[in-house]
Amino acid sequence: MKGAPRGPARLIGRRYARRAPGEPRAVGYLYVLPALALYGALLIFPFGQSVWLSLLHWDGLTAATWAGGDNYHDLLTDPELRAPFAHALILLVFYSALPVAIGLLLAALLSRARVRGMTFFRTVLFLPQVLALVVVGVTWRSILAPDGLLNDTLEAVGLAALTRPWLGDYDWALPAVGIVGTWVSTGLCMVLFLAGAQRIPRELYEAARLDGAGPIREFLAVTLPGLRPQIAVALTLTIVAGLRNFDLIYITTSGGPGNATSVPAYEVYHRAFETNQVGSAAAIGVTLTLLIFVLTVGISRLVEGRRT
Amino acid sequence: MPKRAARTHHPRGTAPVVALAALALLAAGCVPGTDGSAAGGGTAGGATAIPDPAKAGKVTLTVWDQEIRGGTNAEVEQLNKEFQRAYPNVRVKRVARGFTDLKATLKLAVSGNNPPDVVQANQGYPDMVAFVRAGLLAPLDNYAGIYDWNTRYPTTLLNHNRVSADGRRFGTGRLYGISQTGEFVGLYYNKDLLAKSGLRPPRTWGEFTDQLARLRSDGRLPIQLGNLDKYPAIHTFGVLQSQAGAAPVRDLVFGRAGRFDTRQTKDAAATLADWRRRGYLPKGANGLGYDDAAKKFASGDGAYLITGTWQLADLKKAMGDNLGLMPPPPATAGGPPVSTGGQGLAWSITSRSKHPEVAAAYLDFLTSEHAADVMTRHGVLPAVPGKAAARVPRTSVDGQMLDTWRRLNDADALVPYLDYATPTFYDTLSEGLQGVIAGAQSPERFAATAQRDYAAFMAEQREGDRDAAAGPGPQRDGR
Repeated sequence: MKGAPRGPARLIGRRYARRAPGEPRAVGYLYVLPALALYGALLIFPFGQSVWLSLLHWDGLTAATWAGGDNYHDLLTDPELRAPFAHALILLVFYSALPVAIGLLLAALLSRARVRGMTFFRTVLFLPQVLALVVVGVTWRSILAPDGLLNDTLEAVGLAALTRPWLGDYDWALPAVGIVGTWVSTGLCMVLFLAGAQRIPRELYEAARLDGAGPIREFLAVTLPGLRPQIAVALTLTIVAGLRNFDLIYITTSGGPGNATSVPAYEVYHRAFETNQVGSAAAIGVTLTLLIFVLTVGISRLVEGRRT
Repeated sequence: MPKRAARTHHPRGTAPVVALAALALLAAGCVPGTDGSAAGGGTAGGATAIPDPAKAGKVTLTVWDQEIRGGTNAEVEQLNKEFQRAYPNVRVKRVARGFTDLKATLKLAVSGNNPPDVVQANQGYPDMVAFVRAGLLAPLDNYAGIYDWNTRYPTTLLNHNRVSADGRRFGTGRLYGISQTGEFVGLYYNKDLLAKSGLRPPRTWGEFTDQLARLRSDGRLPIQLGNLDKYPAIHTFGVLQSQAGAAPVRDLVFGRAGRFDTRQTKDAAATLADWRRRGYLPKGANGLGYDDAAKKFASGDGAYLITGTWQLADLKKAMGDNLGLMPPPPATAGGPPVSTGGQGLAWSITSRSKHPEVAAAYLDFLTSEHAADVMTRHGVLPAVPGKAAARVPRTSVDGQMLDTWRRLNDADALVPYLDYATPTFYDTLSEGLQGVIAGAQSPERFAATAQRDYAAFMAEQREGDRDAAAGPGPQRDGR
């Protein structure tokens, strides 16, 4: 923005003209105003409404009554409401931890060896990210069906004892849905790490090798620290995607069997639209938002090593 | 690292964020509708004579329905066309969505400023009763008298569309909708597979259960079931439960009397678990989709399929004459059959419709004897079959469907869907039954869990009654 500011911007600009360069100036707020107005109207204001709704008992139609902290109290005491959050945290292992770990491994392997057809592999592994989650859900639902691809394959290789109705099994439904998440997110993580690894100076690797480091030592001493910003980004993106996870559950299990795969985002939909508990739905939504906020801020502090 | 520099710059940056959030919260203090302003009038139409839509001037009738499946879609399309031809001044603007999509958006639509004139409301507490309590639907008793719906429809069917005047009870009170189609849960069977095991359609329940063992020992799957979508087992369970008596279950569902944790419930759940253990139901029932199960049955995997008449058209397309349909066989040969069933979603008029009389004429047209014949021609089961139904050959699967429907109604043997019982019963039952099928929940625990839900809602209802009796509440909902 080098052009001379006009109108009110110029007036404010003149007022601060004598300040040292680089000093924060109020005119900055004017520049962010359009974006802020949009953000406020479309995100902050509705969020405020959700907070307000979460303090009410409301069926969505008749007059609401004041609930105070009731809906939040229920979140802590009602096992039906605690379970979805527990499931979401377990799913984070599959949606976030595993993809980052596998992504790191793949990136380390692919960046060491010069693989033929690299672009092809990158595209294939990244593909799940491009697909609509509904498509992913429908596909995996048929793969995990009792006579779906997975069970057929297991039978073909003589592991018939392992076959089960994956999405209908109390113990296996959650991991099964989780693996789908791993499949979706791994490609994204790998591409992020590959891009990051290319920016690590070659000299560091040479130095490590001269010092007699093996591939593992080299990975731990050079690649991993070099990828810190990318790991933070990957963790943030996958954690947000994992906690917001609605489509996959909706398509594959509707939270079943029993409530073995219910997650907060699905519960929000279920309560707001199906059982007329708008206040409770809003409380879950607000709590989920705060959880995502705390986790992502924590991650960026911890992994990226930021400090205020 | 320019990013880091930018961030460390503003230690006081949090203050505006907090201020902004507080401001948003204050501004949000008025979420539209939370004061009950969405609620409508709910006055009965004052018509005393048969309305004449031709005299209504230019009218656009907005209709929201969920009849998007093959036969029903075609039948509604045709009737809409005919209605507009009969009344050229009326335009029917149809918005058709799938069941779940309609359910999710209907609440917002009817409580908005410009609601549709006619909507299809799902019976039960979460939808129809909630709409009535908010005064969003117009009572139709007046029209029921004018158009003779009271005599044309069986009382049991009309009762499913009734809600008490205070909007708290279901199955009794004013009429808030009329249904076009009938539906019941029946036993579809694969004629070939039965014949291969030397079996014929069973005449008694005992014969039926004996056949299951026989089919199993012949290496065939006796009953196909896909319960991944959670609700199908409610229908299977409903059929099992109702065999021990329709009346107590009906009283239970409409909150008139009884408990849920009876011998009848436990036995039915035990039978379901037993069927699964003996391999009468597929091993992976909880992991198989409802539509996938129907497809497998159609392709010859499974001798029986227990599901609703809404599946008939699709199954017939794949199986042709090999498909048969019968009611759950009675305890003694020739006795009256009993099954879960009722009718399609109710067609209702919104209380703020500007053309309630045209809408009423439209509802009457959709449910007339002529409409019933149109439905029959499209392979749809009309709630009250007309002349065309008599011409359908008795031996065809459509004839079997019509015949069973007539027998169930004559014997007054339809038991309403169990999930009507409380606002949360769908979840309680579907989750519990998945557990029963998986062997993760005993029949006793299933019955106890369901009873807990049921008792809690009944207590809530009684408390509401006391409040209503204690004095005139300031508001309709009295909460």
